[in-house]
Amino acid sequence: MGLLDYFRSSGRPKGSASVAKERLQILVAHDRSARDRPSYLPKLEQEILAVIKKYVEVDMNAVSVNYEQEGDQEVLELNIVLPESGGRA
Amino acid sequence: MARIIVITSGKGGVGKTTTAAAMAMGLAQRGHRTVVIDFDVGLRNLDLIMGCERRVVYDVVNVINGEANLNQALIRDKRCDSLYVLPASQTRDKEALTMEGVGKVLEDLGKSHDYVVCDSPAGIEHGATMAMYFADDAVVVTNPEVSSVRDSDRMLGILASKSRRAVNNAEPIREHLLLTRYAPERVARGEMLSVDDVQEILSLNLLGVIPDSQAVLNASNAGIPVILDNASDAGQAYSDMVSRYLGEELPMRFLELEKKGLFSRFFGG
Repeated sequence: MGLLDYFRSSGRPKGSASVAKERLQILVAHDRSARDRPSYLPKLEQEILAVIKKYVEVDMNAVSVNYEQEGDQEVLELNIVLPESGGRA
Repeated sequence: MARIIVITSGKGGVGKTTTAAAMAMGLAQRGHRTVVIDFDVGLRNLDLIMGCERRVVYDVVNVINGEANLNQALIRDKRCDSLYVLPASQTRDKEALTMEGVGKVLEDLGKSHDYVVCDSPAGIEHGATMAMYFADDAVVVTNPEVSSVRDSDRMLGILASKSRRAVNNAEPIREHLLLTRYAPERVARGEMLSVDDVQEILSLNLLGVIPDSQAVLNASNAGIPVILDNASDAGQAYSDMVSRYLGEELPMRFLELEKKGLFSRFFGG
């Protein structure tokens, strides 16, 4: 590298490595969250959905189950979106 | 009881066997009674890297099946008295490695050795899981490259959940990161993930960084563990790594580009 290149290349090095890092961070975080989940979660989600459907007309995506680990606490978060009309009477 | 060290990676071709050979030789050179086992049944290569391929008579599967005893199967290294090699079987099917069989071999080896280094095959198949199950330490060999880093993370998940220590709720396996094929000039150009990048993603204890070096190929060509090549960068980096494993604190070397002189700075070079 000559002196001129030295000035030209000053500043943050740009290259594919930063893209790689970004992609990996997202991917690894996703893989890890999936790995730590208890295996009963999908079934739990289905059964909750079945129970709700008995009473209220909801679609498949109305129930979301989130599992998070914060320190030594495990948080199971259920989010159920009820339709605006209130469903069946 | 010996400490069992597994050399692992999700992806193939990252330098597991080179690392297993170097680490075992390094530990033995420092006076520890060491044995290195090849768990890659069907595709054995450790014997080649160790340079003892023509002295293989019996292998680990023979020992498990009771066709040979350990002393018949162990090959003593000609360069270092406290190092033995236990080769993998070349022909038999992988299922020959049974959990009881492997456990028994490791237990027997543990009585007469300080360290048992296990070279595991790539991936998460039988031989690999068998080597990981019994481990006390894991060295996760990773290249600064996306698929290797991702696969390493998956291996960490398996180590954390499927090993004997995890199953028995014992103290977890000590996991170490070894970054291999590191090319500082490509990192400087922003073309390769840096040590810091990989560590940030995997958050593991960094045991060493091995530069991408011609010395590694030269060593495997000749059947000499690269750690014996004292003059080479890779040999020195492996030697540092073994010292770090044994508790020494050493700065990482070979991470920076070689400093250029004033002359080449001005006129290019």
